[in-house]
Amino acid sequence: MSDLLHTPLHDLHVELGAKMVPFAGYSMPVQYPLGVMGEHTHCRIKAGLFDVSHMGQVIVKGADYATAASALETLIPVDILGLRENRQRYGFFTNDAGGIMDDLMLANRGDHVFVVVNAACKIADIAHMTAKLDAVTVTEITDRALLALQGPSAEGVLSALDPRAADMRFMDIATLSIAGAEAWVSRSGYTGEDGYEISVPAEQAVDVARALLAHDDVEPIGLGARDSLRLEAGLCLYGQDMDDGLNPVEASLTWAIQKVRRTDGARAGGFPGADIILKALEKGVARHRVGLKPEGRAPMRQGVPLFETADSETQIGFVTSGGFGPSVGGPVAMGIVADSLHKSGTVLYGELRGKRLPLTVTPLPFIPANFKR
Amino acid sequence: MKYTEEHEWLRAEDDLIVVGITEHATTQLGDIVFVELPEVGMTVVKDEEIVVIESVKAASDIMAPIDGEIVEVNDALTDNPSLANEDAIGGGWFFKIKPSDPSQMDNMMDEAAYNKLIA
Repeated sequence: MSDLLHTPLHDLHVELGAKMVPFAGYSMPVQYPLGVMGEHTHCRIKAGLFDVSHMGQVIVKGADYATAASALETLIPVDILGLRENRQRYGFFTNDAGGIMDDLMLANRGDHVFVVVNAACKIADIAHMTAKLDAVTVTEITDRALLALQGPSAEGVLSALDPRAADMRFMDIATLSIAGAEAWVSRSGYTGEDGYEISVPAEQAVDVARALLAHDDVEPIGLGARDSLRLEAGLCLYGQDMDDGLNPVEASLTWAIQKVRRTDGARAGGFPGADIILKALEKGVARHRVGLKPEGRAPMRQGVPLFETADSETQIGFVTSGGFGPSVGGPVAMGIVADSLHKSGTVLYGELRGKRLPLTVTPLPFIPANFKR
Repeated sequence: MKYTEEHEWLRAEDDLIVVGITEHATTQLGDIVFVELPEVGMTVVKDEEIVVIESVKAASDIMAPIDGEIVEVNDALTDNPSLANEDAIGGGWFFKIKPSDPSQMDNMMDEAAYNKLIA
């Protein structure tokens, strides 16, 4: 265990009574004394503070923004060149087979692209960019922590520390001053709630976290509630709901591929697996990621096989993420199901401990998103 | 009250034994969100898996602590699984069993021995 990496907030987590677990090579808080259910509910009603410093923060820089954006568009099938300054966008790296290598957030920061990638993939992602991109430098930011402040109280809490936070809209990014720290703040997150992600110098991370936690409305939230919050919000977890064997159309992420990168767009294709992905966009695919609502109380977790009827033999899909949704008040799941069985309202059966239990294909998200658009 | 190494408690109630899991166990499991209880009338054998518990973290099985027949289950727990967290040794009981060999309980831990186990 001693070879686990620590984030700059590690000692604070321990002080706050967190249960620490290994995650993507880091020692991370899975829950605090409030517990997963209490943390989840608190974040939906007030605000939660998450340590996401294990994620990769990367600066891609060229002669100008367009150089860096054009380079990244050779690896990522989204409109990066057309992203306005100080705006953020969701994207993903694709592979030659059309699969997804990792998902990420991109921001236009004037003279560079700021990229945030998953902890478990960051070494591979940075190697991939470094090897494939010409005329740009790829720099991992290792001296900054990343915090997330999420929930309906987030705006009030953060704007009390820097009033400019209130002027930001969903997917804006700005440099603010939070508790004396130069903070790169985006109005985004991974909970379905309004909120911010806040990058601050590592040595000031504890001061910033304490300043946020000092507000009565803010509780620290661990990885356990982070997972149930994102699942209720219908947000994908890389490695579960999408992976290198699933293309973006199958993963129901076509909304993230802007028209300009599709067939007949001004910058159509030009990314790994483009032929497969563009064909999938036109012709459709044989399977889709969907929301699934188990009818009983029993959670159906990752790996539960899905069938068309209570006694059919051929498996038609599987659960990719599942658990109890505290705000829904019952089990929720996402899964991959065969084409024609993916329409909302379709009843399927999951096999759990030898029994077939019904679940219904359900539109995502399970709870309405609460973004400030 | 008697205790097993699987963190179950057993309490005699007339000629029946009431079974649940300890506060220590529910704290370790975290918030319990689903409990599947055995059927009334079922004959069970010691160490047979007869209850499924799901917490926000994972699923776990609870085994029959002794041989016998299930004579009652706690339906309130099925409707409100958090009872197991809130009142582990009271309202959060799982089932009542009519033991076929009460001597199976003789070697189980008493409270002092159990507290030592979890210390």
